[in-house]
Amino acid sequence: MSNALPPFQRFLDSHRDVVWRVLVSAVGPDEAEECFQETFIAALRAYPRLRADSNLRAWVLTIASRKALDAHRARTRRALPVEDVTAVQDGETARRSAASPREPDRELWDAVKKLPSRQRSAVVLRFVGDMPHREIAQAIGCSEEAARRSLHEGLVKLRKAVPA
Amino acid sequence: MNNGKQVTSTALGVKTTSLEDALRRGDVENAGAAAQAERATERLRTRIAQEGLADVSYDAVDSPFGTLLLAATKRGVVRLAFPEENVDRVLDGLAQRLSPRIVRSSAPFERARRELDEYFLGKRRSFEMALDWTLIGTFGQRVLRATSAIPYGGVLSYAEIASEAGSPRGSRAAGSALGANPIPIVIPCHRVLRTGGALGGYAGGLERKRWLLELEGALQPRLAVS
Repeated sequence: MSNALPPFQRFLDSHRDVVWRVLVSAVGPDEAEECFQETFIAALRAYPRLRADSNLRAWVLTIASRKALDAHRARTRRALPVEDVTAVQDGETARRSAASPREPDRELWDAVKKLPSRQRSAVVLRFVGDMPHREIAQAIGCSEEAARRSLHEGLVKLRKAVPA
Repeated sequence: MNNGKQVTSTALGVKTTSLEDALRRGDVENAGAAAQAERATERLRTRIAQEGLADVSYDAVDSPFGTLLLAATKRGVVRLAFPEENVDRVLDGLAQRLSPRIVRSSAPFERARRELDEYFLGKRRSFEMALDWTLIGTFGQRVLRATSAIPYGGVLSYAEIASEAGSPRGSRAAGSALGANPIPIVIPCHRVLRTGGALGGYAGGLERKRWLLELEGALQPRLAVS
């Protein structure tokens, strides 16, 4: 049986947590819900055609990062004037950042969400998804070198945006 | 942990590490994230059931024997497993023989659950739930269809079932076909006994076979001292 695909339910149980973390990190909790559904529905549709020896974790994170990208694009298309909103958010961000160290650093994650898409995908897949560069490259559809570069550029921007 | 981070153990290195650690934790509160993922999964399963996206659904069903596993395709119930069967192995088998698109869902089993409840209470004498026979081979289908025709409260011998299935000398083969019944209880292979009335065999154990036959009134309940 080891050379057969696991029942989809087991695949879902094994990977739902990491998919959820990656999606919330990439698009925030509100859109993560929709992206999560889309990711696993797409996975379910394609599942029987998958080779049994596929890296299922990398496969589903690749789908998730594409769904996150779609969500970002959709949001950009319906972009609203945000200046006032930003002002309000900044006040809130400052308050929330000061909260317990167990909570995510709002300033950092807001900066992640503002990264160019390839850098954002690379950062989220590398750190939240714990993926090697080779798999990140496959997920975002570029060379391994380009993936390394995107990751590096993303980290440089984050260090500037969020001084320690 | 991994890559040679200690190489840059300068002030800058420390800062790098803390940024990377914050990134590794993700934009989630650890305690809440698992529960959120769980809720999102519940909604996903509801949607999969509503849109009929799974090829095989399964769920647990309570019974006097313990928790049974029921599995169904769009055609109907395809498998019933007794509590001692390994769930992962049952599902692996279904993934290989039917489709790996297997998702847990309770909705497809409302009718089956109700009919089984009624049956175990002695309030139902025949099942009307739809069945999917695809896991059963040609000869097995002949045997098990003949078995399905044995009325509640009745029994036949292995030889009689073999003869009903069209191979009068195949009572041993009929026995194997009955033993391989993927939907026991519903396809009542417990109603087939040895010539002379000995219980014969049962994949779910002879205690259960006896219990079912007593429930149906085909066997007299044994006294405590038998």
